Amino acid sequence: MLPAPFEYSAPETMDEALDLLDALGDESKVLAGGQSLIPLLKLRFASPAHLVDVNRVAELDFLDEHDGVLRIGPLFRHKAAERSGMLASKYAVIAEAARQVADPIVRNRGTVGGSLAHADPAGDWGSVMLALDAEFVLRSKRGSRTIRARDFFSGPFSSALKSNELLVEIRVPAADGRKGGSYLKLERKVGDFATVAVAVHLQMDDGKVKSAGIGLTAVGPQNLKADRAEAALKGRALDDATIKEAAALAAAAAEPKADNRGSVDYKRNVVRVFTERGLRRARERAQGGA
Amino acid sequence: MATETPLKGFIGESIKRKEDDRFIQGKGNYVDDIVLPGMLHMSILRSPFAHARIKSIKADAAQAVPGVVAVVTGDLLAQHKLAWMPTLSGDTQAVLATDKVRFQGQEVACVIATDPYVARDAAQLIEVDYDVLPAVVDPYQALEPGAPLVRDEKEGQSSNHIYHWEAGDKAKTEQAFARAERVVSLETFYPRCHPSPVETCGIVADISPVTGNATIYMTSQAPHAHRTLFAIVAGLPEEKIRILSPDIGGGFGNKVPIYPGYVVATAASLLLGKPVKWVEDRSENLISTGFARDYHMKGELAVTNDGRMLGLRVKMLSDNGAFYADAQPSKFRAGLFHIVTGSYDIPAAHVETDGAYTNKAPGGVAYRCSFRVTEASYLIERLVETAAIDLKMDPAELRSKNFIRPEQFPYTSATGFDYDSGQYEKALRLALEKAGYDELRKEQAEKRKRGELMGIGLASFTEVVGAGPGKHFDIAGLRMFDSAELRVHPTGKAILKLGVKSQGQGHETTFAQIVTEELGIPAVDVMVQEGDTDNTPYGLGTYASRSTPVGGAATAMVSRKLRDKAKKIAAHLLEASEADIDFDHGKFFVQGAPSKSKTIQEIAFAAYTNLPDGMEAGLEGVTYYDPPNFTYPFGTYLVVVDIDRGTGQAKVRRMIAVDDCGVRINPMIVEGQIHGGLAEGFGIAFMQLITFDEEGNCLGSNFTDYLLPTSWETPNFETYETVTPSPHHPIGAKGIGESATVGSPAAFVNAVIDAVAHLGIKNIDMPVTSDKIWSALHEVGAAE
Repeated sequence: MLPAPFEYSAPETMDEALDLLDALGDESKVLAGGQSLIPLLKLRFASPAHLVDVNRVAELDFLDEHDGVLRIGPLFRHKAAERSGMLASKYAVIAEAARQVADPIVRNRGTVGGSLAHADPAGDWGSVMLALDAEFVLRSKRGSRTIRARDFFSGPFSSALKSNELLVEIRVPAADGRKGGSYLKLERKVGDFATVAVAVHLQMDDGKVKSAGIGLTAVGPQNLKADRAEAALKGRALDDATIKEAAALAAAAAEPKADNRGSVDYKRNVVRVFTERGLRRARERAQGGA
Repeated sequence: MATETPLKGFIGESIKRKEDDRFIQGKGNYVDDIVLPGMLHMSILRSPFAHARIKSIKADAAQAVPGVVAVVTGDLLAQHKLAWMPTLSGDTQAVLATDKVRFQGQEVACVIATDPYVARDAAQLIEVDYDVLPAVVDPYQALEPGAPLVRDEKEGQSSNHIYHWEAGDKAKTEQAFARAERVVSLETFYPRCHPSPVETCGIVADISPVTGNATIYMTSQAPHAHRTLFAIVAGLPEEKIRILSPDIGGGFGNKVPIYPGYVVATAASLLLGKPVKWVEDRSENLISTGFARDYHMKGELAVTNDGRMLGLRVKMLSDNGAFYADAQPSKFRAGLFHIVTGSYDIPAAHVETDGAYTNKAPGGVAYRCSFRVTEASYLIERLVETAAIDLKMDPAELRSKNFIRPEQFPYTSATGFDYDSGQYEKALRLALEKAGYDELRKEQAEKRKRGELMGIGLASFTEVVGAGPGKHFDIAGLRMFDSAELRVHPTGKAILKLGVKSQGQGHETTFAQIVTEELGIPAVDVMVQEGDTDNTPYGLGTYASRSTPVGGAATAMVSRKLRDKAKKIAAHLLEASEADIDFDHGKFFVQGAPSKSKTIQEIAFAAYTNLPDGMEAGLEGVTYYDPPNFTYPFGTYLVVVDIDRGTGQAKVRRMIAVDDCGVRINPMIVEGQIHGGLAEGFGIAFMQLITFDEEGNCLGSNFTDYLLPTSWETPNFETYETVTPSPHHPIGAKGIGESATVGSPAAFVNAVIDAVAHLGIKNIDMPVTSDKIWSALHEVGAAE
């Protein structure tokens, strides 16, 4: 790998990191797991003057659930998400997505927060967070703010994150009652970006949908939230007709582009098929789970 | 069971690979591991355009970067008559562009610097002023009148047409078609793919300004041939050139050609008096080095209504890119593509081939393939599948009905190949039996009733490997023999030196085992040396599955030479007549008195210490082997797929591979070769594609876009064997490096087509991706 020259800093604390980012401004780029950034440096598609490596900032790596909120630290690695028993039992959509992110080598090193901050429309975590209606805490030297996932993504590789800010926490409303989720991903090979993926998170109450979240991967300029499909499910029993109706609405929400992975019609159809299958799988989990 | 004695490595014994100790410890020695004192580094500036006239090149800014030693342009090379070089197909290729660039990624200028980072930074500072020209990326369009002329610098070249070449008997074939009750046809495209060895290409050129000795470390599958070509192209005295091809991390045909980077690094070392290293990165390898395939094929089969094949007619247009650089025997314009009659007794055949220049990278290397047999095998096996659909016959039965039968060998095909041996029916039957074919067909019928899609695909391929009889086959005029030199030391250990060159195939083990078989020296005691032109006998190298058929034969023959001498020494030591000495598994003994014996080790010692009067000392020899014919490995592959009607995904449930490569020297290594080839065949069939947009931009320039299958995607391979020795090879072996890549793509595609043929879908071109399958289903109203 022969990247363009760059400076490198590896702060030990969050404050140090925020000081650096504030001082460097647009010149800097945060290095977390590096699974997207390093290839960009290698290909010289990106040539930041300064890399701020946050891997030594231990306080950015955590996972806990209390006071009705699941909190995920930005350095939490894909592999840790894949292996968490708590996530597997309560947040099926996270667990199922985690084991489909790239390949095992990438998952060992890559981070959930880094992936979100990278804002790749074909990234998996954005859709998962949209389905879960998550919020992100963004902090700079000058203060911190909280933004909903649906307001965070603003286009291909662009988000509300400013160059002096770090994504410091992901907050997910804790799942309770009967819940289920799924993440269905179509990829050409293990490690490939999604052709299409659909994230589903369901909470059921008394046989009816209490809340439904559906996130779409790789079928728009950013990860998409299928609002109308979600609304169509709310308060209704999850029978096959309702599922089909929601799936059609999700497909309508997709804005795919044709490329080597497939045509517009193809991708839209896969959104429909995966929404249907994902909802069925989530329903089964909600029925089976506590 | 009793404790087994350690295996010596006789033929048929799966001893562990001798070379793996260093590889699994990360202690291999590759070109990029070579570091010489004062070594400089080279980086190549490549064209961003597929077709553009170069108006000017300004290198001042690059030259001014601290650490930059030189900037090399085409004009500088032209002063040394090195701006162009010959290709292996008798064409010319630009080393660095002077007049215009003809494909995206073409070499335009090189920076030589003290460090590779500086070289790369400085290359970006070279300013090239281009006048962009319309590009032609489709070979059919390239042949239209008025198409942009790719090779305007060639005298007398007024179109993009490169060659026309035919094989077979046209009139006889036309008669067969006139008699046919039915004509089955298939138009298909074998897409451009790339060998993509894990190690990219590279060189360290070290020409001494004092002695003029050129020591060249290079990723070369054919170091001797490359030495001669260096001598001819660069005008260097051949005795002063030493090519060292150290450990090679995969070749697959990609390391057969000579690339511009090699030439510039060598010229730079000569001009600067210092060693120069160039190692390309992944994207450079994918966009500029030898691609494979890119054949547009139309096949027609004349048949009777009951499925008897009468004739085959094939038209093929090859997309050769900007320079006709196919690595192939010089008398053949489309390699061995005319082997297209495959495993079938087709009385008449006619093959017409044409090549076209386009604004794409040159190449046309035989990617894990013997000179275009892969394309040929794919076409005939897909065509047979199509015939089975049209005739409503079982594809296994149709094959069976038309196979060349065992008693027909040696068999001369309608296009002139002399098949050595084969038992095609036996391999097919074994595959069907292992798969449980009848049960699978029942399951398929039941699933079909429920609307589920399941397919069973077959390919009964025949390969043609081991080039070649030197009188017909040469590379750049060099006859395609190969060589082995064997020296047995006084302690009974040996060194075997070969003209071929392993890139991961396990030569250090396989060839040692041939010596074990012929002389009885344990394989562990036979050191195999390759890839050093000063210290190995001349050979044409390793590609086209020729190492075992040719280099292996040379090894057997030289071992036999030594055995003859050893017999004389044994007779002397045992005080018997030479005619009374027998040899068995490393022991020489007097007939009828097996206790009166000498081991090969004792004889080796005597060869240096106690010789019969008048005999030359030592136990060594060299053999140059020119094979009397090709060898023809074959087999049947059977694939079972299930298709998801919602996503179009084809999941390979089973893959049964029956291979017959004649006698297996090390069965484990053979299995390894088959597994590797099947994985590559899977990748070609389902995921690999180098495409270009209309402007000629390459859309497959890294492994995000050009997909390599891993153990995650590939199915479990169930491998079986039949053994039909080659009658003309000294140990009956046929070569196995490439059968699986040649035979398997058609089996995978046939399985998909078998799943959807009842819906009216008869062809989907490779790569058979999920979106293509879904679109085909959608078109006939069968998608979910």
